[in-house]
Amino acid sequence: MSAVIGHEHDHDHDHAHGHEYHPGGLMRWVKTTNHKDIGTMYLWFSFVMFLTGGFMAMVIRAELFKPGMQIVNPEVFNQMTTLHGLIMVFGAIMPAFVGFANWLIPMQIGAPDMAFPRMNNWSFWLLPPAALLLIISLFVPGGAPGVGWTLYAPLTVQQGMGMDLTIFAVHILGMSSIMGSINIVTTILNLRAPGMTLMKMPLFVWTWLITAYLLIAVMPVFAGAVTMTLTDRHFGTHFFNAAGGGDPVLYQHIFWFFGHPEVYIIAIPAFGVVSQVIPAFSRKPLFGYTSMVYAVASIAILSFLVWAHHMYTTGLPVTAQLYYMYATMLIAVPTGVKVFNWVATMWKGSLTFETPMLFSLGFLFLFTIGGFSGLVLSIVPVDIQLQDTYYVVAHFHYVMVAGALFSAFAGIYFWLPKWTGHMYDETLGKVHFWLSFIFFNMIFFVQHFLGLAGMPRRVPDYAPQFTDFNMISSIGAFGFGLSQLLFLYVVIKTIRSHEPAPQKPWEGADSLEWTHLPTPAPYHSFVTPPTVK
Amino acid sequence: MLSQSTSYYLPEPSHWPVVGSCALFLMTFGGVLWMNEVTAGPWVVFAGMLTLVYMMFGWFGTVIRESEGGKYNKQVDLSFRWSMSWFIFSEVMFFAAFFGALFYMRVLSVPGLGSGDTMEQLWPGFVAQWPVSGPGIEEKFTSMGAWGIPAINTLILLTSGVTVTWAHWALKKNNRTQLIAGLAVTVALGILFLTLQAYEYVHAYHELGLTLGMGAYGATFFMLTGFHGFHVTIGTIMLIVILGRSIAGHFTADHHFAFEGVSWYWHFVDVVWLLLFVLVYWL
Ligand SMILES: [Cu+2]
Repeated sequence: MSAVIGHEHDHDHDHAHGHEYHPGGLMRWVKTTNHKDIGTMYLWFSFVMFLTGGFMAMVIRAELFKPGMQIVNPEVFNQMTTLHGLIMVFGAIMPAFVGFANWLIPMQIGAPDMAFPRMNNWSFWLLPPAALLLIISLFVPGGAPGVGWTLYAPLTVQQGMGMDLTIFAVHILGMSSIMGSINIVTTILNLRAPGMTLMKMPLFVWTWLITAYLLIAVMPVFAGAVTMTLTDRHFGTHFFNAAGGGDPVLYQHIFWFFGHPEVYIIAIPAFGVVSQVIPAFSRKPLFGYTSMVYAVASIAILSFLVWAHHMYTTGLPVTAQLYYMYATMLIAVPTGVKVFNWVATMWKGSLTFETPMLFSLGFLFLFTIGGFSGLVLSIVPVDIQLQDTYYVVAHFHYVMVAGALFSAFAGIYFWLPKWTGHMYDETLGKVHFWLSFIFFNMIFFVQHFLGLAGMPRRVPDYAPQFTDFNMISSIGAFGFGLSQLLFLYVVIKTIRSHEPAPQKPWEGADSLEWTHLPTPAPYHSFVTPPTVK
Repeated sequence: MLSQSTSYYLPEPSHWPVVGSCALFLMTFGGVLWMNEVTAGPWVVFAGMLTLVYMMFGWFGTVIRESEGGKYNKQVDLSFRWSMSWFIFSEVMFFAAFFGALFYMRVLSVPGLGSGDTMEQLWPGFVAQWPVSGPGIEEKFTSMGAWGIPAINTLILLTSGVTVTWAHWALKKNNRTQLIAGLAVTVALGILFLTLQAYEYVHAYHELGLTLGMGAYGATFFMLTGFHGFHVTIGTIMLIVILGRSIAGHFTADHHFAFEGVSWYWHFVDVVWLLLFVLVYWL
């Protein structure tokens, strides 16, 4: 690769001089068109949402510590499960990975910034109003919707005005995701440095190209679903009402046409992060790069064809059940290719286990467990038993928390030196990993047994025989919650530290942000594109 | 003439996005108040809409000045092309949700309600047919025929697709008179379409008894044609902007993405209408 122009602009506030205008203070963040500023805001926003949604999880687990009703009434419990899900999915995990995309894509493809910096700013600044609408819903008459994050009709049609606030929050979040994704796709397709062919892009960039495509395809469908809910509520339509020829199950079809790809919208960028981290700490290039790209692409395509595996108990015809079962199982093939490739990357590698690698390995083990329990749930007769039990809760938390969240942690520890210019505290990072890993399994591993024994989800009370496992789960939850405060401390400590990090702290890292840009990364990444050979 | 810059244009910090966020917050929050009969609702929505219009003038005005100032090179132009294509794809998927609902009701839920145990136990004697409101709706309605106004509207939209292309040819030949004439005719056809559509709605509500509350047919008919009409409105406004810019002397024979983007959008709206005509009005 050719030498790089790590072009340092002088951050001169004299307007007459430079063509650059940098407002200071709060206005810097409100008006910014810089992909790094926007990425930082996404990451901090998602962390605030993570703590908010996490607090709600604590309320849920506190209530479930013992059988009987102790802390909240059932309505509040339902509101907590609903908002916990919505906030974690749309407020915490998705924005976190968009934050990564903002920070990394321009640096990894040798671009000066995102393709549409102003629209990029808007994509971020649509999140706070949406979050505000969700939070306001807690305080209106009737409270927040207590319908579960899937917002199923007909319950949604019968809720108070909190439901309307949620619907509009979803609309705004959808706009944000669509604009953000269009920006990402355009950046990747049009702003790559000379020589950076598609098949030379780091896998993280590939995963975001495919994720953005999924988002553009399914967010409008979700918008359509909640719009029908809104008109059923206020304008007399009967989309989800059999008296008017509609069907509540219609909502489920539309929702899951969005909802299943949504799972991959969350998981695929996580695959991307892990595919950067594992080779770096194995000191080997990623095994099977091409097959990784094809595997992600086929997962994305299959994700459109399996949605009714969430609906086996709605009275689908047997033929449909069989189709959805086999199609779902098919996804295990590309997923297996990916897991195989990650393992093969480590095979005979010169491995070290710094915090990013630990989180990636945690991801690898636990996500695979989540994948297997998904395979179990894809089997129709089994699913009919397990539908709406804690087995499902355990399954998707292995995917969402141990999959997406752990890989987000891996990515943050991995790139924190590049972002802040300082090294994080390795010991504390490792403590954070082990606490998270142990407490995570304490919360969710036992929930498999609870589900198999028949404990239903989304109910604030339970039969006494479930008490022991629930207590273990709740204690794990409190521990997990507290461990994340340690993470906050590590990040703040890193930002404030005075120890400069080297340009390339990880021996095996080979993408452009490590090889071509100084640490911390300059405000503008590549003013002149590098040439990639 | 435009002199194009060589490097990719990166805009300065801007306050327009956050103004837009405030606008959307006011519109949605006000909308919730309004739908739940809180007096302040309409006013909050109105304030939000004003803010949105202010944002659009400011933001798009900036973009137009930058474009005419020659700040957008070929690569920026290509970015616009990619993004507009993906945006239209997202719109396609939005309409797909409603077409999907129409398909589901016609093929699955209505026939299901009219057959077997479901029919006998819930609404005995309900005959599944199309168009239908639903087994629980007493009021009668007449469905909208295809060969009156809808057929005329099909002709109008197809013609407008031709006139906008005619204007595009003119722009590429630098024939400003034909460009302006073509756009003016397209705008006029768009407005004519909307007027006829509005007339059709009044007719439906007052003479046919066809309302949004008329079950499966009413909901899908009004939601699909309504969202389409909304898109035609946006398209017409965009065409008016492009017409104004053409009159003001904007665009050159080889630098006019705004024109092309609007015409893509217009063709998209056209194709959606053809689907509507066949699936909602005709069959
Ligand atoms: Cu699924």
